[in-house]
Formats: sequence, C-alpha cells, structure tokens
Amino acid sequence: MTMNAQLRWRKFVSNFMLSLTGVCALVAVSALFFILGYLVIHGGASINWNFFTKLPAPVGETGGGMANAIVGSAKLLVLATLIGVPIGFLGAIYLAEFSGGKVAFVVRYAADLLNGTPSIVIGIFAYSLLVQPFKHFSTYAGGFALGVMMIPITLRSTEEFLLGVPRNLREGAMALGASKWKTVATVIVPAAYRGILTAVLLAFARVAGETAPLLFTALGNRYWSHGFNEPTSSLPVMIYTYAISAYEDWHRQAWAAGLVLLGLVLIINIVARAILARGTAVPRP
Amino acid sequence: MATTTTIESASPRAGSRSFLSRLREGDEIARLITFLFAATVVLITLLIVYELWLGSVLPRHKFGFAFFRTSVWDPVFEQFGALPFIFGTVVTSAVALLLAVPLGIGAAIFLAELAPARVSDTLEFFIDLLAAVPSVIYGVLGIFIIVPVMRDFVQPWLKETLGFLPFFTGPAFGIGFLTAGVVLAVMVIPYIISVSREVLLSVPRDQREAALALGATRWESTWKVVVPFARTGILGSTFLALARALGETMAVTMVIGNTPLISDSLFSPGDSIASVIASQFKEATGDLYTQSLIELGLVLFLLTFVLNGLARLLIIITSQRGSGTAHA
Amino acid sequence: MKRIAQILLVAFGLALAVFTAHAALSITGAGATFPYPMYSKWFDEFHKKDSNIEINYQSIGSGGGIKQVTEGTVDFGASDGPMTDEQLKAYQDKHGFPVLHFPTVLGADVPTYNIPGVTAELNFTPDALAGIFLGKITKWNDPAIADANKGVNLPANEILVIHRAEGSGTTYIWTDYLSKISDEWKTKVGKATSVKWPVGLGGQGNEGVSGLVKQTPNALGYVELIYAIQNKMLYGKVRNSSGQFIKADLASVTAAAAGAAKNMPDDFRVSITDAPGKAAYPVSSFTWLLIPSKIPDAAKRDAIKGFVKWMLTDGQNDTEALAYAKLPKEVVAKELKALNNVQ
Repeated sequence: MTMNAQLRWRKFVSNFMLSLTGVCALVAVSALFFILGYLVIHGGASINWNFFTKLPAPVGETGGGMANAIVGSAKLLVLATLIGVPIGFLGAIYLAEFSGGKVAFVVRYAADLLNGTPSIVIGIFAYSLLVQPFKHFSTYAGGFALGVMMIPITLRSTEEFLLGVPRNLREGAMALGASKWKTVATVIVPAAYRGILTAVLLAFARVAGETAPLLFTALGNRYWSHGFNEPTSSLPVMIYTYAISAYEDWHRQAWAAGLVLLGLVLIINIVARAILARGTAVPRP
Repeated sequence: MATTTTIESASPRAGSRSFLSRLREGDEIARLITFLFAATVVLITLLIVYELWLGSVLPRHKFGFAFFRTSVWDPVFEQFGALPFIFGTVVTSAVALLLAVPLGIGAAIFLAELAPARVSDTLEFFIDLLAAVPSVIYGVLGIFIIVPVMRDFVQPWLKETLGFLPFFTGPAFGIGFLTAGVVLAVMVIPYIISVSREVLLSVPRDQREAALALGATRWESTWKVVVPFARTGILGSTFLALARALGETMAVTMVIGNTPLISDSLFSPGDSIASVIASQFKEATGDLYTQSLIELGLVLFLLTFVLNGLARLLIIITSQRGSGTAHA
Repeated sequence: MKRIAQILLVAFGLALAVFTAHAALSITGAGATFPYPMYSKWFDEFHKKDSNIEINYQSIGSGGGIKQVTEGTVDFGASDGPMTDEQLKAYQDKHGFPVLHFPTVLGADVPTYNIPGVTAELNFTPDALAGIFLGKITKWNDPAIADANKGVNLPANEILVIHRAEGSGTTYIWTDYLSKISDEWKTKVGKATSVKWPVGLGGQGNEGVSGLVKQTPNALGYVELIYAIQNKMLYGKVRNSSGQFIKADLASVTAAAAGAAKNMPDDFRVSITDAPGKAAYPVSSFTWLLIPSKIPDAAKRDAIKGFVKWMLTDGQNDTEALAYAKLPKEVVAKELKALNNVQ
C-alpha cells in the first residue's frame, strides 16, 4: 500500500471504531430508557386506586392491591435509616476527625468488606441473629438487614465529604477557640451537609429495591403488619412473588409495583445528584 | 486529617479546671461516642464472618475440601457438593463480563475522549441511574422480555450459525446460563463505564497530544496510548463488575433455571451460589442441609472479598500513576 | 439539619407504628403452596367472621413449613408431605413435645403441559411419567407416550421437564407416586420434599412451575390441580392401578381417599397415591396443618383451635369451588377429637 492509501485506511479505521464507541454508549444509555419505557407501558395501565389502597386478595381472585406492601416497605426503610445512618455518619466523623492511622484503616477495611458482601449473605446473617433466636420473622429483622447494608455506603461517602471540607474553615474555628467536637458539629458537618445528604439518599435508594435479605427476615404478610415485631409485606418481595407466578392479575400488579419502585428509586437518585450539583464548598465525589 | 491544631495542647497547666480543659473533656466524650459507632462497623463485619463460619461447621467437618470438588447436591441422601453452584456463578459472570467489558470500555472511550463535556456528563448521569435499578426489576424484565427473545430468536440463531461449538448446543429454553449472563451484563455495565470513564479522563493530556503529534489517528492515540495507560484502572473496574455479578441474587434466580447442573452448553439451565441460597434456605430441613447452604454463603463472601480487594488495589495504583509523571 | 431530619424520621416511624398497631391477634403460618389457594380463601373468610384474628399464611413450600415450625419461627406449618419419623423426632427433641398433623383437604398433582399445536388431553401411563422424569424418555412423540394417545399428533420436540426448585410437598406427592410405580425411581431418586432430579428445570412454588410451563413450549410439569385450572392450562389423565386413565377431579380424588378414610392412623400420616379403586386418581393426597401440641399463648391457641374447628365444619363447604375435595366424614370426626390434644 502506498503511504496515502495507508493513511486513508487508518483514518477509516479510526472513524469506524470511534463511531462504534458511540454506538456502545448509545446502547448502554438506551437500556435505561427501554426499562423505564417498558415499565411505564405495562405498569402504568395497572396502577389504579385498588393497587394503592387494597390488601391482597385470595389467590386467584382479582381486585387485590399492595397497600400493605407499600406501608411495609416504608417501615422497613425507616428502620434501616435509623440503624444505618447514625452508625455510618458518626463512624465517619470518627474516621475523619478523631482517629489515628491504624484504627482508621481497620474500620475502612471492615466497611469495604461489608459493602462488598452479597445481600443474600446479609440475609443469612440477619436470620441467624434476629429471627432464629427470637423465634419469629419480623420487620425489625428486615430493617436491620437493610440498615447493615446502608452503613458502608453512608460511612465512606460521609468520610469523603468531611475530609473534603477546606482546611481554612477548620482552622478558622480552631482559632476562635472552639473545641474539636464543636468545630465538627457547627462548622464541618454543615459545610459537608449536601454531600452527606446525598450519600444518605443514595444509600436509601439502594436498599429500597433490595429483595434477597427480606426473604428470610421480614417474610411476608397478607394483612397489615402491626408495629415492628411481625412479618411484613414489602414491594420488592411482592414483585418477585407475583412475577414468577402464572396469574395474569398478579403479573399486572407486579408491573405496577415495579413502576412504583423504580420511580421511587430514580426520583431519589435524581434529587440526590441535583443536591450535590448545587453544592459550592463541597467537592464532587 | 491532622488538622488538630496546637491550640488545645497549649492549654494552661494542670490544676486549673479551666474553660479549655473542660472543652477537651467534651472532645473526649465525642471521640468515645464516635469511636463506639465506628467500632460497631467492625463488630458487625466480624460477626458476619463468625456466624458464617460457625454456621457451616457440620459440612466443613463432614466434607472438608471435597465440598468444592463434588457436584452432587442431594438432600435425600444428604450429599452436598458446591461445584455446580461455583460453576454456575463463574459461568454466568464470565458471560456477563464478555458482553459488558467490550461494550463498557467502548462506551467509556466515547464518553471520555469524544463526547463534549456536557454530553458526557449527561450520559454518565443516565448510566449511573441504570446502576440504581433494583435487581428484582431486572429479574422481571428478564422473565418477560429477555427469556422469550433468547428462546425464540437469539438461541436458535446461535445454534444455526455457531452450533458446531459445544457452547451453543442443546434445546433452547430461553432460561439458563446464557440468559442469566445477558441479564447480569446489563446490570454490571454501568460500573465498567463509570469507573473506566473516570480513569480515562485522568490520563494526562500530554499522553494523547504526544501520540497525535507523532501522526497517530484519534483512534490510534486512544487505543494504543490512552487506554493502555489506564488499563490497570479499567481492569479494576472489571473486578468491581465481577464482584457485583457474583453476588447478584434475584435477577439470576429468576432466569437461570434453578438446577444444579454442570454443562458445556450455555443453553443449559443451571444455578448459582446466591440463587440456590435464596431458593432453598427457608426450606432446608436438617442441619447438614442448612449449613451446607451457609457454607456456600461463606464461599461467596470470600470470593467477593478477594475480588473487591484486588479491584480497589488496581484502582488505587492507576490513580497514583495518573497523578505521577507520565511515561510513554 | 441532620438532627431535624432524624427527628422527623423517628416521628414518622412512630406514627407508622402507632397507625398500624391495633389490638388484632396476628398468627403466622407458613408452608405448602399446594393448598395455598384454599388456605388464602379460608383465612380470608375466617377473618371476615372474626376481624380480630389475622392468620398470615406464607406459601414458601412444604419444606419451609416443616423447617420453620420446627425452628419455632411460625405458629403453625403446613405440608403435603407428612413429616418423616426423623423430622418428628427432631421436633420433639427441640421442643420437648410433639407436633401434630391435621389433614385439611384432598388435592391432586396433575401433569400439566404446553405442547405447540396440541390441544388434546393426553393420557399418561405410569411408565411414561417415570421415564420422562428419569430422563429416559426425551421426546414428545416417544412411543411410550404416543401409544396411549393414538390420534394425537405429538411433535418430535424435546420435553422440557419442570420440577420444583425448593422443598415442596407437591414434590413429595409426585415422587411418592413415582416411587410406588417405578423401582428405578425409588432406588435412584427416592421420595422427599426435595430430591436430586435427573432432569429438568426448577420453578419456585406451584406458582412458579405453572408460570414456567405456561410460558415455555414443550414443557411438562407437575402442579396442584387448582393451579392448572385457574391458569387455564392443559393437564393430562394418569392411568391408575386398575388400568383406567383418570382425570383429576373431585370425584376421582375422593375415591382415592376412600380406603384411607376407613383405616386412618391416629397421627393422620398416610399416603393415598396409587390408591386402589377403579375411579381413583392415582396422584392424590391429603395435605396437613402442622400444629404444635403445646401452645403457651392462650389467645393464639384458642384462635388456632377455633380455626381448625371452623375449617373442619363450615370450611369444608368452600373446598369444592376451588377443586379441592372434602375430607371424608370419618376423618373429620377423628380430627375434631384429636384437636383436644392441642393444649
């Protein structure tokens, strides 16, 4: 090949490959819209008043809903947040403000280990800890499992944002005579507040969709679950149970629930990122 | 981190219950409280390992390492072997990576090298949203969309064109290793894209410019210079994706076929560690059965632990290289 | 800011707890999917009668019912496979008192299939069923199947066997039947709630198996009768010990229980698969509630006993609408007496 021909070939290859990467990006992004579109089409039709207000009907009968699953999920997530966020948040404060190298390393390592633990293993853990010894399935056990999953996400992100607060803010507070904890509480945390809130929201959205850990902990409930000591229904588990069945009515409800769940998760994600993007004194993750 | 200034340590001598010394006590309490919470994290992690270890004592003593070599899973005759599940986990993850890595790197290249910043950020935003879709929803879409498509179009086509390979033989049910791998691929591709995009963006400009100055085309500069420079980080993203794929439960259990089977055909039904635990744990009667499932959980835990560690290591190495001096 | 958010969360949580907590008595049971359509209807009706009692039944499979009642994490279990002697002993060892079986209805496992182009009701011989599930008969047009179905155009497609992925009483009934009519099955695989299947795919629950069969061409699975009916799926006839091809229905299932009714053992554990009788459907079975013989909580005990009593009397009138056969009168009488053993 002549030099020119070679160059033209290389240029062709270049354009071809680069457009291919564009195709890859398009495929990846369109997956999201495909999923969303499908759920809207199939789920949208089945979202009705019954879905939000009625309890499940006996097997084979139509007209049931997922009211108890929605409330059940809400209760589980409240518990999870109450467990996961304080531990993650306060633990991160320790790591960022108070700890020495060795301890920090161990804690971070443990958090990473926890983060990488498959959710089904967390389910086994919660079962052996809170279901077997107490002899019943409960919302507590489910909330605990989800909370444990929230801990590492909250911890690592909060730590990053705390560390990212500019030195001059800290030093300014110190110069004014504030003690360590006062500095943290009144200066550093508010400065990192946006990032921390984002981290909490993202952790929340992450566990909102988790199914596996709930199978062995919250089990399920055909009725309203009273308090937190009883088994409870939840959106993800209902989606799973209804989707694998053969009943058309259950399939429709599964689509509707899928849409509600996905909508919730996506909205929280979008809000979280929006909060972060508007932050000024906070570094991007 | 070491922003504790010397102001406090320069407090007045002992003997005066001064303002500053009382402040220090407040700090001590704060330190203690936050330490307890941080310690809880370690405690929980240790407790998980402990429960997994303790909860699998029977099969560990009875089967020992043979647990990992046996492919029999027989609750009636109480013979339990992990091999089919390890096989299923590995195969589905391998298929997932084979599909997701080229696509993911391609997309990352596009986002890092070609797309203008705003487009890149917007697309990245959507891809991050893809990562947030719950697993059970992937499972539902798997059952109702991917399985029929695989069964009616993709698998027959593969059989016709590539049927001489052992991977594409056997009846096409739609459910099985291949479908589970495809669903997993969609689930892990956001991880590959977002991490690879970041490491590609962190490659110093002069690398690209040097290549272009030497007469390389855009593609050549990207593929032969930038990507190799970032390859450790990209590898890290692959490990991250792999770790995610290994632990994936719901989407897999809904499309893999729930059958402990080892086969060279990707069309075959099978099972994975996470999937079998999810479907059999509540029902496992008898201690040996239950504890064998817990031992499977321990195996999974260790696998993801190793992979996550490797991933993190690789990503750290890359980011350090990126910030250091460039070398051709 | 963080603190305010936390306070709001706690307040919200308490509100939720208070809102949903009221004086209802909640009882949790888990187990068989086989009678789930019947149980969900029954518990619903019982709740309408007495709105203070909520019996929350989770269909996780008979294996799950046996395990969780043994663990003590549920108030009662349910299973279509009676507990084995080892399982009974395990329960006794763990709790110090026995667990009791109470039959509730009669049902049937049917072979349901989805063959493209076939709308006829197929006849299955015991050998055909054993051969298919052993993996020896692989195509729909195999003579073992075709010979019993002259006139039906069976394609040469591979049979996709679908079984249960988890511990199941429906599996117990099916494998119990196969063990009786096939020595090879008995020695190679055996009967249990969870076996090592020679071939096939696993589905979750009767719900999952029917779902899979409905969606997968050339599939054959075994499900409880009502699931096939409610999902409008085809199911075949099975040849019984008298040589007749019988379709599962109220009459044939009741006929299968006739012999057992007269000779019901005290613990109610009995198998009626491959029962004698010309009109008997060979894959029929009782299904049982597993109730601890000692229930310390008086309110729960009375509620459970009240339910069983209602179930044995009024409840039996609801069964036929869902294609489950009523318990024979002798069995009901015996059970009402046995109820006194729950203390």
